[in-house]
Amino acid sequence: MSEIKKQTGTQNVKRGLAEMLKGGVIMDVINAEQAKIAEEAGAVAVMALERVPSDIRAQGGVARMSDPEMIIGIQQAVSIPVMAKARIGHIVEARVLEALEIDFIDESEVLTPADDVYHIMKDDFKAPFVCGARNLGEALRRIGEGAAMIRTKGEAGTGDVVEAVRHIRQVTEDIRRVVTATDMELMTIAKEMGAPYELVVEVKKTGKLPVVNFAAGGIATPADAALMMELGCDGVFVGSGIFKSDNPAKRAKAIVEAVAHYKDAKLIAEVSKGLGDAMRGESVAQMEDRNKIAGRGW
Amino acid sequence: MKIGVLALQGAVREHRNMLQKLGAETVDVLTPKDLEGIDGLVLPGGESTTVGKLLLRYNLLEPIIQLGRKGLPVFGTCTGLILLAKHINGSDQLRLGLMDMHVERNAFGRQLASFEADMQIPVLGTEPFHTVFIRAPYIEKVGETVTVLLEHEGKILMAEQANFLVAAFHPELTDDTRLHGYFMKKCKK
Repeated sequence: MSEIKKQTGTQNVKRGLAEMLKGGVIMDVINAEQAKIAEEAGAVAVMALERVPSDIRAQGGVARMSDPEMIIGIQQAVSIPVMAKARIGHIVEARVLEALEIDFIDESEVLTPADDVYHIMKDDFKAPFVCGARNLGEALRRIGEGAAMIRTKGEAGTGDVVEAVRHIRQVTEDIRRVVTATDMELMTIAKEMGAPYELVVEVKKTGKLPVVNFAAGGIATPADAALMMELGCDGVFVGSGIFKSDNPAKRAKAIVEAVAHYKDAKLIAEVSKGLGDAMRGESVAQMEDRNKIAGRGW
Repeated sequence: MKIGVLALQGAVREHRNMLQKLGAETVDVLTPKDLEGIDGLVLPGGESTTVGKLLLRYNLLEPIIQLGRKGLPVFGTCTGLILLAKHINGSDQLRLGLMDMHVERNAFGRQLASFEADMQIPVLGTEPFHTVFIRAPYIEKVGETVTVLLEHEGKILMAEQANFLVAAFHPELTDDTRLHGYFMKKCKK
């Protein structure tokens, strides 16, 4: 059997890892200790970053890729996949993360964009990428560049789920439009959405996104997480919502259970008891546009 | 034929689609009562630490162990393979522990080492099977009653023991239904 040809870094293998994360919760952590709490609570992966989004918001300044030493510390602490963020368009940060053998790279609007025109050509990498999208066109542009996973682009660090809900609703509505369109209409739809035509055709054929779509941004409670699953997300990212709350271990566990059993309201009621205060948060509707980060990237 | 698919987390939909394509009725297993009346059970790929914890928390661990001991056919892929193993090297994570084998988790390395390849699996016929390995485990060694069905470079990648079948790769991520078909034959009474 020595003639067997193994292929690594293929689209199948990249999208495959995202498939394995479905029905799970990915948690933001800033050190090895938090990573262990997340793993113990049942997280399917952790996102290693220096500051959670709510602190990035509060402290301001330029947010960049995390210190490799911190990332390695987290990789050594847990056996679940470790993700990390690169700035939009920052090819070299992504290469550094790949060199660290990170399991998934998030080209993220939560960090300060390095390029205000171009996103990373993700097909050039062996590591899989996840990117944010507010609608089908944006999702298909990122997939066209090679993203193996999509997530909503909810306002990170606010604890307000409204934007994430808007994005998944929009993606679903856009898919419905593509599916019900005639073949003749697809090119025009591709033009309007700014989406690669071939991918629009694929969505019409399969009735779904070509990759897994997770919820991200503003999820603070077990009920928020279950809501995103109910709306059709494949899983959930929770950032500031866990480690900015009163009892991170308990809340993390409750969110994991609410996602696995999102249709079971009795169970969600049970796990939501006595969690202490959720993160305080900030209503997106009260925010000035310049403070919103979902508009980063295109 | 009714096959349960453990639906706590992971690639549930893909297994469901495969089984339905082959004519089976499927049921998502989330609580112990979902196990009633099934002719077989599939344990999909996902994160084994997550699935192990949820199995315990929702009182599924013990009922599945009991059913497995009574002879219910169980098919585990990747995480499912880990959960079925008696021994997980260097780990005390929760498991069903029904198969006599030693398993190495994330045995090929991190995601960058995940791969796909065509492999010959004699029990599935002469046509090679396209195998997809994602942060995959392998079986280091097996007990006497376990039959090795695929081995590559000294690593056991697929095996069978009485009513249990395991694969370190993900047949549900391909269009090839032969392995699911092989399992369904075990489920026929």
